[in-house]
Amino acid sequence: MELIQQLVNGISLGSIYALIALGYTMVYGIVRLINFAHGDVFMIGSFVGFYAVTSFHVGFFPALLLAMVSCAILGVCIERIAYKPLRNATKIAVLITAIGVSLLIEYGTIYLRGAQPEAYPSTVLPDKKIEVLGVTVNSQSLLILGVSIVLMILLQFIVHKTKIGKAMRAVSHDAEAARLMGINVDNTISATFAIGSALAGAAGVIFGIYYTKIDPLMGIIPGLKAFVAAVLGGIGIIPGAMVGGLMLGVIESLVSGLGYSLWRDGVAFIILILILIFRPAGLFGKNVREKV
Amino acid sequence: MKKKRLASIFLSLALTAGVMAGCGGQKETSSSSGGGGGDTIKIGANLELSGGVASFGQSIAEGLELALEEINKEGINGKKLELVKVDNKSDAAEATNGAIKLVSQDKVAAIIGAATSTNTLAQVQVAQDNKIPLITPTGTNPTITNKDGKVNDFVFRTCFIDPFQGTVAAKFAINDLKVKNAAVLIDSSSDYSKGLSAAFKEAFEKEGGKIVAEEAYVAKDTDFRATLTRIKSANPEFIFLPGYYEEVGLIVKQARELGINVPIMGGDGWDSPKLVEIAGKDPLNNTFITNHYSSNDPDQKIQDFVKAFKAKYNKSPDAFSALGYDTAYFLADAIKRAGSTDPEKIKDALAKTKDLALVSGTLTLDKNHDPVKSATILEYKDGQQQFKTKVNP
Repeated sequence: MELIQQLVNGISLGSIYALIALGYTMVYGIVRLINFAHGDVFMIGSFVGFYAVTSFHVGFFPALLLAMVSCAILGVCIERIAYKPLRNATKIAVLITAIGVSLLIEYGTIYLRGAQPEAYPSTVLPDKKIEVLGVTVNSQSLLILGVSIVLMILLQFIVHKTKIGKAMRAVSHDAEAARLMGINVDNTISATFAIGSALAGAAGVIFGIYYTKIDPLMGIIPGLKAFVAAVLGGIGIIPGAMVGGLMLGVIESLVSGLGYSLWRDGVAFIILILILIFRPAGLFGKNVREKV
Repeated sequence: MKKKRLASIFLSLALTAGVMAGCGGQKETSSSSGGGGGDTIKIGANLELSGGVASFGQSIAEGLELALEEINKEGINGKKLELVKVDNKSDAAEATNGAIKLVSQDKVAAIIGAATSTNTLAQVQVAQDNKIPLITPTGTNPTITNKDGKVNDFVFRTCFIDPFQGTVAAKFAINDLKVKNAAVLIDSSSDYSKGLSAAFKEAFEKEGGKIVAEEAYVAKDTDFRATLTRIKSANPEFIFLPGYYEEVGLIVKQARELGINVPIMGGDGWDSPKLVEIAGKDPLNNTFITNHYSSNDPDQKIQDFVKAFKAKYNKSPDAFSALGYDTAYFLADAIKRAGSTDPEKIKDALAKTKDLALVSGTLTLDKNHDPVKSATILEYKDGQQQFKTKVNP
């Protein structure tokens, strides 16, 4: 029974990683850029949702929508201001810029509102305990899992069935050739950032509801874990991010469940190293050629 | 284009020069009035004004400022106390830097801080090396004042120490809650949490109790469900959780969600209004803390303080504010008795403090510079702290 409970714990933790990893992996898939500011966009989304709920007294869905829209705008701004001028620069320059942007968002937020944590009001969503054979499942964790799956399907649909998705795949394949074929590469990349950041915003609000406590540095660890999840599944592959996130959550829960709770984060990063050594393309990396 | 660039270079040079000149000037004035040579005595406060435990530092700062306002009405030997605050961002390295700045740049007569044991320990060496008295209002780890049997002669505290808090909690669990076995969940990144749990375990087992599970987490974790599931399967009747409010809030909430309904108890690290916001009112029922004082205590001195605090800040003071307030009086009393602002003389006077009536109890220092005073046990009921009982050492 304890094992099943641990699996349930792991899946709800993993859904959060998966939700953040979806945006991560998508941006990487299109522009080959590891956006280290992704975790901080997630944090901003969480705060937008918090202020929407506490100051304007809106419900869950308007708050979620508001956070997604604000994060989409923020994502596009980041891309236009920080990454676009470096489009032809070396990879390392872009990576360092991403870290700079991440720190700017974190400490900019601290400057604006202080570093003290906030607690999400418990009235946003009903929180019910569901007991099945001695295993406790939280209604909110079911919601997170549901939202992650729905967003993943939506993302797959956008990428594979719509015009903008086609443009994204073209840009990811060869940006120069895409430009010659009349695709507006800049707009396509902006759209990618908008969608990826909106996902981070949604994850932020859901994280706030599920874990209550939010603070300006909350994006760092989930951001890193989502990165591990994305690499685990194969960075750039959307279902890979989902599976990678869930796996990472379950592994962490099992490690804690065995009594090695202090090794939890260590194990996550050992997995990252092992994957990079033995399967650099990730678990889903081999079969899928198109990385979107 | 070229002209513009030249102009901008010139402008930035001019600005830099201006800033540097400004710095130099400030330094001059501060060194002339530093060390208590003028009409003011500079007191440093190295506190957690931002970061993970910002609520502690801010509460202490509020208590300190209220006390200094009162003390400065009369002054000490004709001089006024001036507070120089630095923010250590709840970080040990920043705390050391802050202490060095206070000693070398501001030339303070004494330092007050920090709120947590870890950040206080980071300043001990600076205080000892520079021979400046350091008083922590709320750092409860025993090694702050006494390391390996050797007393740090410049370091003092206003609160009781961890072993006392842990022992009180163990006795309360066995005698009042009548539990036979307990689980311990500690923050392994905190000296405070480790100190409290060690004392708890020793006292609990000595009184005939049994520790059935021992788990750990690190600060900044957010998901404790896996660890709590493990604790649940050990079936403890009581959980001792000596952590800080951010993680404790999440742990209590998640424990109740997993159906762990046994009493949970912690120390003064829980004492923050944020705890109630994070955990929620219902999950906090059936939880207890050991603390330095309760604002519900009918004692006259406490009620006067609560009234003055409410008049200034329009809210009820927590234990950190009370200890910040007491620390200012503790120091002021020593400076008065020393009759001097010489740090060595202040140190000697601090060490001889006896029967000083403060808000958090009557303070007498033992040979380790640790106060001997009573602890209060509080219970959370619908998000409110209720005065339960007072335990004497």
